[in-house]
Amino acid sequence: MTEQTTAAWRGIAAEEADEIPPSLAAFLRLRSRRLLTSLLRPHRRTSLLILGLIVVANIAALAGPWLVGIGVDDVPALVRTHDANPLTLVVIGFGVAVLVQAVCTRNFIAQIGRMGSSVVLELRQRLFAHFQALPVAFHERYTTGRVISRQVSDIDAISDMFDEGLDSLVSAVFTLLLVGTGMLLLDWPLALVVMAGFLPLVWLTTWFRRESALAYRRTRETIALVIVHFVETFGGIRAVQAFRREERNEEIFTELNEGYADASLRSQRLLAVYFPGVTMVGDLAIVAILLYGGLRVIDHDMKVGVLVTFLLYLQRFFDPLQDLSQFYSTFQSAAAALEKISGVLDEEPAVPEPASPAALPARSDPAHTGRGVRFEGVRFGYREAVVLPRLDLDIAAGQTIAVVGATGAGKTTIARLLARFYDPNEGRVLLDGVDLRSLSEDELRRQVIMITQENFLFSGTIAENIELGKPAASRAEIEAAARAIGADEFISGLPDGYDQQVGKRGGRISAGQRQLISFARAFLAAPAVLVLDEATSLLDIPSERLVQSALRTILTGRTAVIIAHRLSTVEIADRVLVIDDGQIVEDGSPADLLATDGEYSALHTGWQESLA
Amino acid sequence: MPPQPGRQSRRARNRETAAGQTPFAALLRLREYLRPYYWKLAAMLAAALISVSTEMVIPLLTKAAIDGPIAKAAGGTAAGQPGASLLLPIALAALALGIIHVGLNFYRRWIQASAVTGLEQHMRDDLYAHLQRLDAGFHDSWQSGQLLSRATTDLSTIRRFAGFGIVFLITNIFTFVVVVLLLIRLNLGLGLLTGCVFLPVSLLCLRFERRYRVLSRRAQDQQGDLATYVEEAATGIRVLKALGRRDQAAAEHGSRAGRLYQTQVSKARLRGTFWASLDLVPNAAIGLVLLLGALAVGKGQLTTGGIVAFITLTLLLVWPIEAMGYILATGQEAATAAQRVYEILDTPPAITDPPGSAAGQAPSGTAALPAASTPAAAAAAPAAARRGLVFDHVAFSYPGGAPPVLRDVSLDLRPGETVALVGVTGSGKTTLLQLVPRLAEVTGGAIRLDGTDIRALPLAQLRRRTGCAFEDPTLFSASVRENVSFGAQEATEEAIEQALAAAQAGFVYDLPWGLDTRIGEQGMALSGGQRQRVALARAILTRPEILIFDDPLSALDVHTEARVTEALGEVLANSTALVVAHRPSTVMLADRVALLADGVIAAQGTHRELLAAEPRYRELMSAAEPGEQDGPGPDAADHGLTGARR
Repeated sequence: MTEQTTAAWRGIAAEEADEIPPSLAAFLRLRSRRLLTSLLRPHRRTSLLILGLIVVANIAALAGPWLVGIGVDDVPALVRTHDANPLTLVVIGFGVAVLVQAVCTRNFIAQIGRMGSSVVLELRQRLFAHFQALPVAFHERYTTGRVISRQVSDIDAISDMFDEGLDSLVSAVFTLLLVGTGMLLLDWPLALVVMAGFLPLVWLTTWFRRESALAYRRTRETIALVIVHFVETFGGIRAVQAFRREERNEEIFTELNEGYADASLRSQRLLAVYFPGVTMVGDLAIVAILLYGGLRVIDHDMKVGVLVTFLLYLQRFFDPLQDLSQFYSTFQSAAAALEKISGVLDEEPAVPEPASPAALPARSDPAHTGRGVRFEGVRFGYREAVVLPRLDLDIAAGQTIAVVGATGAGKTTIARLLARFYDPNEGRVLLDGVDLRSLSEDELRRQVIMITQENFLFSGTIAENIELGKPAASRAEIEAAARAIGADEFISGLPDGYDQQVGKRGGRISAGQRQLISFARAFLAAPAVLVLDEATSLLDIPSERLVQSALRTILTGRTAVIIAHRLSTVEIADRVLVIDDGQIVEDGSPADLLATDGEYSALHTGWQESLA
Repeated sequence: MPPQPGRQSRRARNRETAAGQTPFAALLRLREYLRPYYWKLAAMLAAALISVSTEMVIPLLTKAAIDGPIAKAAGGTAAGQPGASLLLPIALAALALGIIHVGLNFYRRWIQASAVTGLEQHMRDDLYAHLQRLDAGFHDSWQSGQLLSRATTDLSTIRRFAGFGIVFLITNIFTFVVVVLLLIRLNLGLGLLTGCVFLPVSLLCLRFERRYRVLSRRAQDQQGDLATYVEEAATGIRVLKALGRRDQAAAEHGSRAGRLYQTQVSKARLRGTFWASLDLVPNAAIGLVLLLGALAVGKGQLTTGGIVAFITLTLLLVWPIEAMGYILATGQEAATAAQRVYEILDTPPAITDPPGSAAGQAPSGTAALPAASTPAAAAAAPAAARRGLVFDHVAFSYPGGAPPVLRDVSLDLRPGETVALVGVTGSGKTTLLQLVPRLAEVTGGAIRLDGTDIRALPLAQLRRRTGCAFEDPTLFSASVRENVSFGAQEATEEAIEQALAAAQAGFVYDLPWGLDTRIGEQGMALSGGQRQRVALARAILTRPEILIFDDPLSALDVHTEARVTEALGEVLANSTALVVAHRPSTVMLADRVALLADGVIAAQGTHRELLAAEPRYRELMSAAEPGEQDGPGPDAADHGLTGARR
């Protein structure tokens, strides 16, 4: 595999591919393995301990049947000579073996569980932190759903592997090896007879593994369809009932449910063939041993005890193989999950932290809390489409500037470049003369805050949501921020006031109220530059009026860029920019622009009419 | 008024009985779903019992082989020949038994698969159909995850128990009794001892299963908790980034993940102890058998083959005993699952067709006038002359003694009239709208459609005559066409095109597959404004008599809003419409405005009249800040209204 193709498949690119060339598969495996190695490295000593425990436990487990065999052979001696010593020794040995086995097994399972859980914990934290560090551009491409499923279902798949299967896998492998060796040492011809049973077993297991992987995927797919339809129906039950959709829905659901039932039936029937098949092989092996071993005993070629030992070993020999095949599907999904996760971790933050962050100059005018912003020959495009061909813009410290224009004109892009959600393709964005790219993440976020219409509330109390603006803010600070914004009134009216839980989807808090909370958050954060992207478009008129006056409070002395399509917000601006196709077509104070016959004055007239 | 309180309390009572039902009783009620499979169940049980019996005979054959031909030969007294000839039939018998054993196992699993899958499928269909009939209020009071887990996890739990659990509950008890009896026959004392050693293992297993399940459930909860946080952090990523709260979020995530880690470690420890003791007990029993057995052989009470058979039989006890714990715990879980499922199936729909009108017989066509035979129609006789939509002293409060949302709403909508409903956030506008298609039920007063109480109309008829568009446009994962023709399968292509045109949703033709493009959660993402327009097209598709719009243009930009407003004017002219409005531009759609405040209609009139006379209305509709008194002049208002009315 050349460097180039490897580079093309970096990161998450492979997730979208339907067919994966073998060279790429090797690359992906290598990447997963590197991740796994780095996760396991801190646990080297535990791994050795686990290995030791499992070997001892298995040897002890093997000793049991062997001792029983000896014991059985001792019986005639006991009958003849009445010498109980050999038998007593055997029984004591057996007891010791049983105890050693129990102690080792217990610790082995507990240790491997602990190790697995810490690996999973480490992986969870790495992945979460990495997602948080990846730029907004990545999240927009990758979608929330995939971010969640990487961190929930994929990690769960890996966790399941440690939680449910790894101990039995490891012990199955060792049991097979040790029991096999033990049997060969005891009586190799008979051992070979037993091992011949492997051939049909391996064949059966390979078949089952292949079929069950298909069946498993099919059940996952079909149940996912059932779940999606279920959730959609009851999420939109009002629309369903209002539009009498019930019958059609029932038709669809019955069909989807039938599909799942078929898939589930198929996978259960695979089990119905596989498990009896395995038992069959075991039964045949018993018959073979009885026949062949029995003849050997009759010919005085072998002791009865050995035959007994073999019969007991047989039980331990075929079971692990079943475990192995059971584990295989768990292992497969864990491997697939690890591959995807390693892809995400391979994505580099496109907006990287500077190696040596620059410091911002001391404030030019101590009376002002704002800072100057400058766009210098900025060019930006999403993939092929150029949104801003070349933007030059100077915003003085403390100035409030409103950006208006049609959808798709590039208003939001300006906001996002300023908040450094993206970096420009060419040119620079400067804050008091310092390139945003040379500021540390912490410093940048202290200086520039953006509020969007996505006024997302996290579950928790209202106070906690406001506190997000300034961690460890006191209750008084939080309440003062809410008061300044005008949110105090409705918050106090809630049953639990500031301690009201906002519930999963923002509880019973309206869009306007949520927006007020996110304003309070920003107020508490007290940034030098505030960017509002359509932040007031969801508010009703009374709330918007409330926010207008709050905005005057926040904006005093600060630099602000307001993106709006409702012109009411624009009225508080010192300066208005009209953007069309990524170009500034008008620039001036609202009053000046109104006086001209331009775009803004046309928009304004339209707006006045709509207010009626 | 209709017996609303009675209905309410009956529902409450029913919920109580469902909740008060013991899990075991719920488990027994599953019989109704098992009935079609009684024969299959019987066959499964028979197959399992015979198969287990053959399993028990094999060790006895081994004994016969060792004590018979092998021992004779090993004893060295006779020549090998007669022994060898005896060995072959025994081996062949073992082979035959093995084949029967395997064949029956296969048969049992095969029919079990179809029976339990059918059971699960049938229950899920019923659950879904029932949930669709339950009112929106019910769905509000349940988290969607709760309903989903009943339809998936709980039903799978029941399926597992119904197939595997029931059969092996019986089979394992049978195995235990028979094996212990066989052991006793081999050697009385040793047999009794073995039985006594094994019995407590069952209890140990049950205890383990219980403790393990508590831990598993805790782990599940913590996983859910963690998943919720992950979900929030992913959805709110822009907020977290904009505020630079990366480290704080990572710390919060870490503490939740850490709690889960602790539980997982405890689980592993418990599992280790359990598996170790599971190995320990049968092994100890074997050691004991070996010791005491050898002594018995010494006294001539037992043969060598007897010891081997004894040990092999003892091993046969291990699985049924271990499994008993698992089966009992599964049974317990299935019982709880059944209880949870029946809790829903037992909830009667609060909003139903009027008694005496089977939904199938509902008169078709929108022209159906009040059926004089229904009692409610008779009660409404004095008002029958008034056509249109009438709210007659309507009251509504949420269950549980909350203060009423609507106290006494009286409002007349003449046929063809459009009324805008205006009020502050939380004043109950949306609630009032939902009362019309009976998504929620009035708790006082009545709503009449052409003189008939809407509760006297078959639900299907009422809802066919009503078209709704809600503030949050719900789209489903289906094609645009399916989303628009949603409830009206019979809609023609032409009607769909007209509806899309009226809602200014022409953009759908530009989607990759036009009207066949899949949209919604699992399909193409549409913007808020686009979704709203598709939902609007759905509402007006069948040109219903009554239109219910909840702020239908909130996500549209000014230009699109103007175009939609114009196109809607024509649609609204032929329908009676109630429109919730937050902005003057939406009010422009209406002939008249009603102000909802404090649970009553506080004022009615044209936009201009209310602006002039009603300070509360001015407060809501004028963008000017309080104090600046130059609101929009009367000229502007005139201009807007005539524009909408044309």
